[in-house]
Amino acid sequence: MTKDECKQVVLDIIADIAPDEDLSNVKPDVRLRDQLQLDSMDFLDIVMELRKRHGIEVPEADYLQLASLDSCANYLTPKFNALSAKS
Amino acid sequence: MNTRSHYDVAIIGAGMSGLAAGIRLAHFGKRVCIFERHNTVGGLNSFYSLGGRKFDVGLHAMTNFVPPGVKGTPLGKLLRQLRISREEFALCEQKQSRIAFGPHGESSLRFTNDFRVLEAEVAREFPAQTDGFRRLTAAVKGYDDVSLDAQPVSARKLVREHITDPLLEHMLFCPVMYYGSASEHDMEFGQFVIMFKALYLEGFARPFEGVRVILRVLLEKYRDAGGERRMKCGVQRIVSHAGRATALVLDTGEEVTADHVISSIGSPETARLLHSASPAPRPATGRLSFVETITILDRQPAALGWGSDTIVFFNDSAKFDYACPDAQVDPRSGVICIPNNFDYGPDLQLAEGIFRCTCLANYERWAHLPEETYRADKQRWYATLQKSAQRFLPPLPAPDALTRATVTTDMFTPRTITKFTGHLGGAIYGAPVKNRQGRTELANLYLCGTDQGFLGIVGAMLSGISMANYHILAKS
Repeated sequence: MTKDECKQVVLDIIADIAPDEDLSNVKPDVRLRDQLQLDSMDFLDIVMELRKRHGIEVPEADYLQLASLDSCANYLTPKFNALSAKS
Repeated sequence: MNTRSHYDVAIIGAGMSGLAAGIRLAHFGKRVCIFERHNTVGGLNSFYSLGGRKFDVGLHAMTNFVPPGVKGTPLGKLLRQLRISREEFALCEQKQSRIAFGPHGESSLRFTNDFRVLEAEVAREFPAQTDGFRRLTAAVKGYDDVSLDAQPVSARKLVREHITDPLLEHMLFCPVMYYGSASEHDMEFGQFVIMFKALYLEGFARPFEGVRVILRVLLEKYRDAGGERRMKCGVQRIVSHAGRATALVLDTGEEVTADHVISSIGSPETARLLHSASPAPRPATGRLSFVETITILDRQPAALGWGSDTIVFFNDSAKFDYACPDAQVDPRSGVICIPNNFDYGPDLQLAEGIFRCTCLANYERWAHLPEETYRADKQRWYATLQKSAQRFLPPLPAPDALTRATVTTDMFTPRTITKFTGHLGGAIYGAPVKNRQGRTELANLYLCGTDQGFLGIVGAMLSGISMANYHILAKS
């Protein structure tokens, strides 16, 4: 998986949990919280959808890694690749 | 041989909060079962059929309405968390509501889903209070009402710091208390804030077909997520060992086990399941109950001159007394709801006129009456309530116009509430002391619903969501 594909995975999840947000212009280097109306309940949902859909575990200590699309991609892409290498 | 069934989570009660908790848990792969004693879902917000007609109970209006695009409010959170789109609820907004005080409602404040209307009304009726009302509004907006560990403060005390005219104070408290306060005379400020936002800053709406639309959507989501439910199957007892709930004994005598148990049936009601054998002290039961009359009309209420008000909160003097009455009913104050007066669009109207009137009532004075007296008292109070409420509505075209337009009537009492919902004392808003974190004496038993302390039907659903998230999903 590339970093861009990983960003798309995250965007797809946000589109499902917050269908009332406009995701067409999300800047990858800006915190998601600063450009979208996402609260702590929504972030919990991103973490749980990652687990449900992709089997990716994000421990609570790492939640900050999901701040922006870029940081999501940096943190999650290796996890996705490790997972597909195993299967 | 062990023949019990086992679930990740067992939920007691299929009301709005139990269903919402169930949807969250099932969506994230938990094996969930909801146990409901009644044969329909909805709990305190449900519906029933009588003579081929469907009647709503509980819900006058869905509070917390905000237009599409307004984010960060309870309605938006609820829709996101349950993956419900706005279109599924198909909410139609109120026309206008009123707070009417005085023998014939001489002091009046109109409000709609546009908060500026209420601000202008306060400025017109109470010019000296305009700034105070603005400060109170700011205090409400700045308060963190969903915090799970806020300290209780008197709402009366805080409101009086901004509102110095007792009439305005009582008028503002009237709808707020009627739509959610479990305590008499005063309420906790956090609860006041939740209701002030829900009623005044946000607003009222209703699906054309009423509460059953909301319940239908919740049931569909729950079923699609793989949740199970067992109807006409209450929980009789919670078995515990070493500080944990280890099994539920069902009405059928059968036992089921679960890793976690969420109870939506109320705090004293849950305690009763735990200590059914011993008379251990239980949390206080709420004292606030209600009667409601429902009058079905053969014409639209507009034909009687009642076409503009959606909800009217009335009180026939300057001081509003929110307390359990000594008599069976306190007809001095109440809530009128005319469900026809939501804006369903130009081509849609309810087939019949509906006129509902709710007043405070005393559970003890209804609970133990012999059947014949009970029926006679219902009839007597029905007439009293109708007369009381009419003082606050525009005069009828003829004195007998309402009677002539009436097709059928029904009425519920505190006794009806306890019979169908299991809430002790007919206490619609539950126990006076709320338990924000939903913890109980057992480590894996949590409360959700009215006794957790988020109010209204949106609050009920958010309560189920929050407790499922906080105690189970965030920890697994």
